[in-house]
Amino acid sequence: MTDMTTPKAERAATIRRPDLSAARINRRYGAEKRFRAYGLLAIGAAIAMLAILLFSIVSKGYSAFVQTYVQLEVTLTEAEIDPDRTGDPEVIRNANWRKITFESLRAEFPDVKSRSETRQLFGMISGNAPIAVRDYVLDNPDAIGTTASIWVKVSDDIDTFNKGFIDRNLEEDDRRVKDNEIVWFDTLDGQGRVEAKFNTTLFTSGDSREPEQAGVLGAVVGSLLTLIITLVLSFPIGVMAAVYLEEFAPKNRLTDLIEVNINNLAAVPSIVFGLLGLAVFLNFFGLPRSAPVVGGMVLALMTLPTIIIASRAALKAVPPSIREAALGLGASRLQAVTHHVLPLAMPGMLTGTIIGMAQALGETAPLLMIGMVAFIVDIPSGFTDPATVLPVQIFLWADAPQRAFVERTSAAIMVLLTFLVCMNLLAVLLRKRFERRW
Amino acid sequence: MVENAIVDSDKNASTNRGPKMISENTNVFYGDKQALFDINLEIGQNEVTALIGPSGCGKSTFLRCLNRMNDVIDICRVTGKITLDGDDIYDPALDVVQLRARVGMVFQKPNPFPKSVYDNIAYGPRIHGVGNTKAELDEIVQSSLERASLWNEVKDRLDEPGTGLSGGQQQRLCIARAIAVNPEVILMDEPCSALDPIATAKIEELIDELRMNFTIVIVTHSMQQAARVSQRTAFFHLGELVEVGDTAEIFTNPKDDRTQGYITGRFG
Repeated sequence: MTDMTTPKAERAATIRRPDLSAARINRRYGAEKRFRAYGLLAIGAAIAMLAILLFSIVSKGYSAFVQTYVQLEVTLTEAEIDPDRTGDPEVIRNANWRKITFESLRAEFPDVKSRSETRQLFGMISGNAPIAVRDYVLDNPDAIGTTASIWVKVSDDIDTFNKGFIDRNLEEDDRRVKDNEIVWFDTLDGQGRVEAKFNTTLFTSGDSREPEQAGVLGAVVGSLLTLIITLVLSFPIGVMAAVYLEEFAPKNRLTDLIEVNINNLAAVPSIVFGLLGLAVFLNFFGLPRSAPVVGGMVLALMTLPTIIIASRAALKAVPPSIREAALGLGASRLQAVTHHVLPLAMPGMLTGTIIGMAQALGETAPLLMIGMVAFIVDIPSGFTDPATVLPVQIFLWADAPQRAFVERTSAAIMVLLTFLVCMNLLAVLLRKRFERRW
Repeated sequence: MVENAIVDSDKNASTNRGPKMISENTNVFYGDKQALFDINLEIGQNEVTALIGPSGCGKSTFLRCLNRMNDVIDICRVTGKITLDGDDIYDPALDVVQLRARVGMVFQKPNPFPKSVYDNIAYGPRIHGVGNTKAELDEIVQSSLERASLWNEVKDRLDEPGTGLSGGQQQRLCIARAIAVNPEVILMDEPCSALDPIATAKIEELIDELRMNFTIVIVTHSMQQAARVSQRTAFFHLGELVEVGDTAEIFTNPKDDRTQGYITGRFG
């Protein structure tokens, strides 16, 4: 090629030169600096809010991970437990463990005489204590006939008191732990028989009316089962719908209408989907109430628009040149999509799906409508068992009157957040895997 | 590389076994707007036909009619008749996938698949059921890369992504990918517009070699390129085919004023 640029000096006289004055430069620099400052401010504000949120949750909830135990010297007399020396676990199981446990506690404080004081004393340990003693003996049958020291949980009020959330200097009428209970507690504490241990119950059991026996496992399993159903339904349907609309459907008024309605559906309040689920899945199809299968279906309905919109965006982002390359080689439209477009769009689709699933994980309102708000103690073992989910569990605990549920609510929020972080990590890993193939 | 092969338009070689593709009164509309007006053009067997003309004159549109790539544009409508070996390619009974297997295409921007070099080449044969064994596929990949004179540069990196090659290599990869299917006609839409002069020279050399086995239609903005690689040249202007003839004739003795004006650089 020849050099086309020739100096045109004669024109230079009429050319308006750019204004390079210091004032203009300073103004531009100032604007850039301000803009950067606004950006930093915005990010700072966001981080600060997140930090406040996390701090408030963690500072309220960390105490739920420990539980106060008291050591009881339980006299395990054969006459009471297994009078006929059968050694049969069934006989042992049916012994009067309540009496055995309470007797051992009463033995610590011989001066407790009156009925009301006795009731107060027994109220200091968890209602679960007799069962803990029984389980100890079932595990160690040799202990029968001896005096065993067994750690049992204290009741939620004493636990809260031990954690320092109840001020002992308050008027007695204003606190839930009375003077004599404090005296008994201090006595035991003075003997080194009070200890805070890791609260495994929180992770191994379902809901309970007694805070010290309540756990999130039921809700975690419920959430997991519900999300599995949601994923299995919404991912394929969402991706298929997006692929068809984006790659195959003719662009006409009907597809425009469908597109507008999908966008509208994404903005419909989730409780409406709950009502829909109630009317259609429960009342019309007669599916079981409170079941993860129905919850998953309702959440899938709610998640679908999100997944479809994100998947369409991901498909749109695949350069048309890739489609042309495939079509130009004689690939059919379906081959061009499945061999080239879909793999390239997959990371974006997965991101959309995870956003949708995270939304579904945190959703409460639609599940209230289909009965997943019920008080469920058992850990669900299948998709049709009654279950609740983490956000609903949080909602229930936040509503519970006992002080000990406050920290458990925060603990459940932490579990929910951990669940969320794990899901997002999984998404990142999946995305990395898909991207590395190329 | 060898500074080589600005090959003259030697018309006497091969060719002229009758036209491979014939366009009769082809009109193309984008919605209400007509982009091509009554195009009548014959594309000779084993010839390189160059389509030249200013931007927006419809030469790429015409090229894309030849393997029905315009089908993917919803608002595009084609009337008239285009035949390949006498068969109407717009016949509704004709399978467009088979047509594109016979009429391959190389695009303006190199667009290798984001897969390995090997998979880029092997993709076409795979979807058309050619090369069912690994050995056969290996052979197709090697011969295609050799014919695109890329083999020596990439033979050690067949597993690396095709997108990691240089621009000129990517375009030759795309040509290799097109010829791996063994089409009868190869359409090239400004294949050198994104390349530097050295890569361009390589591709031009390649086009001339490929003429032995393929019929080639090339759209180009460079008149020098048209003069170097083609045997016949068609000049498009504002959606009309102004003039078509032997390349030497068009460039030395154009009949139409517009052609004259364009090739001498007075407009366009």
